[in-house]
Amino acid sequence: MTVLKSQPVIHNEINLKARTSNNQKGWIKKVQASRQLYWFVLPAFLIFLIFSYIPMYGIVIAFKDYVPALGIWGSPWVGFKHFQRFFDSYYFADLLKNTLGISVYSLIVGFPLPIILALALNEIKDGPFKKFTQTVTYAPNFISVVVMVGMVISFLSPSTGMINHLLEFMGFDRIAFMTDPKWFKTVYVLSGVWQGTGWSSVIYLAALSGVDTQLHEAAVVDGASRLQRIWHINLPTIRPTMVILLIMSVGSIMSVGYEKILLMQNPLNLEASNVISTFVYQQGLLDAQYSYATAVGLFNSVINAILLISVNKIASKIGESSLF
Amino acid sequence: MNNRLIKDTPLDKLFMKFNYVFLLLALVIVLYPLIYIVSASISDPNAVNSGQMFLFPKGLTFEGYKTILNNDSIWRGYLNTIFYTVLGTSINLAVTLPCAYALSRSDFYGHKFITSFMLVTMFIGGGLIPSYLLIKNLHMLNTVWALVLPGAASIYNIVVTRTFFQSTIPREMEEAAIIDGCNDFMLFFKIILPLSTPIIAVMALFYGVGHWNSFFSALIYLSDKTMYPLQMVLREILVLQDMSSNSINGNMTQDMAAMLFSKQQLVQVIKYGVMIVSTLPVIIIYPFLQKYFVKGMMVGSLKG
Repeated sequence: MTVLKSQPVIHNEINLKARTSNNQKGWIKKVQASRQLYWFVLPAFLIFLIFSYIPMYGIVIAFKDYVPALGIWGSPWVGFKHFQRFFDSYYFADLLKNTLGISVYSLIVGFPLPIILALALNEIKDGPFKKFTQTVTYAPNFISVVVMVGMVISFLSPSTGMINHLLEFMGFDRIAFMTDPKWFKTVYVLSGVWQGTGWSSVIYLAALSGVDTQLHEAAVVDGASRLQRIWHINLPTIRPTMVILLIMSVGSIMSVGYEKILLMQNPLNLEASNVISTFVYQQGLLDAQYSYATAVGLFNSVINAILLISVNKIASKIGESSLF
Repeated sequence: MNNRLIKDTPLDKLFMKFNYVFLLLALVIVLYPLIYIVSASISDPNAVNSGQMFLFPKGLTFEGYKTILNNDSIWRGYLNTIFYTVLGTSINLAVTLPCAYALSRSDFYGHKFITSFMLVTMFIGGGLIPSYLLIKNLHMLNTVWALVLPGAASIYNIVVTRTFFQSTIPREMEEAAIIDGCNDFMLFFKIILPLSTPIIAVMALFYGVGHWNSFFSALIYLSDKTMYPLQMVLREILVLQDMSSNSINGNMTQDMAAMLFSKQQLVQVIKYGVMIVSTLPVIIIYPFLQKYFVKGMMVGSLKG
């Protein structure tokens, strides 16, 4: 060190060295200073490690013939056999068609409605009516999926359901909604809209509360009508939120949740209600074809990831907000 | 909201009329089925089945509720669900709150790495089968742990709670407490937690409603019917019963089948009653806590 010090040419280097050694000490110091806080995160860390990261490792069975006795590592590798079998299978086209059909239908009907509801709620004065409307429209979100499907089945029952009584009263024929594959998507999507629209509007209302009042005042001076102000002020304000939510919806277009579909499914509507996630459940858990079902699930996740990344890229390319 | 000082033109007034009609329509569409269920659950079964009852109860009777309250499966399911909800929510809070607090401290060395470690799980996961095999290999099938441990920490809720701590706890107060000789544990339990009742309430509710309403974990991890939570019992009554009338095997418990088939007339009324009974706890607390729910959702959306 002393030798080096006498040579001014490499003075910078010394400083650099001194700093790194200092940094190393600082690193230990910082860990020591927050050592108690590590105990705070330990339980959550372990939960994620065990229940999220270990299953990620379990994905390798998609490329193996999993035999429980041999364990995940000991089972023989088979490459893409399970994927090949899935692509060649008789169900593949139907599963893909149903999954995408339900998602796209949900997206087209379900995406704009919360925005419209939020814009409409935002226009009216704070008061009992607004509060009541919000309370009521948010409420269905807290109904469990089992009760929700129970309601749908009861209301749509061909013999005793209220919707069918209404149809008959208006002079139409009764419809067997739950057993007719033609109706499955519509029933699924519209019941989802009934349950979720109110709660989804909360996020847009939060974004709308950030609109600058001065913009509205200036627009009124310029003679803008309410509709024009909504179009030119409110809508652009919530646009980043809309884009983010759209990216997330498109990124999960291949994952139709199994919970609700599984409950709505019956042998008569299977033609329309068999989607990838319920297929994974049925093949994997009911028929114990673990490797095959994991491969199907992995295929699904990979498509989702590709969609998410590409939509996100497009959004940031055209100057919209993006996830990452 | 922001236009109270601004005078409406005739065109605006027309628009506002349409706006009110639209909202009123939305209100009716959401409210009507809810009122119908309440009315149907206390009406004469014949009036319900034939469609004479369409808004207010007709031929008041509590036969349906009597049958429900005499059913052992429903009671057992209720008690199981209460147990799972209380245990599950306690674990959720014990895991979420300390973790979120540590991550809210900018002086916590490694908080960025740990946050990303947890955030990754939002986008990448093992999927259904590997998760199931893990639970199986851990010998947690048919235990309460399969229901409460895998979801013990939700990254979304951790981020929401962390944001709350960041935005409400003054940094100076923490420093003062540490100078006064408080360690991080004392600081957390004696100072931070008492200041955080709103977020604790929000989290307890988010997690609690989640446990109350969940059925899928029970469906895949529990085969012992005496352990079934309420939602699984409901599934037998509301969903499988209907399917078995469509001629497939409803794998329901015998007393359930007996209850439903001996009272064919009552079936619909019982179903509506069961919907009410199972959703009642959530319905009772919801209006009081709605503002907390919404606040929690908003905090999350700002940072999300």
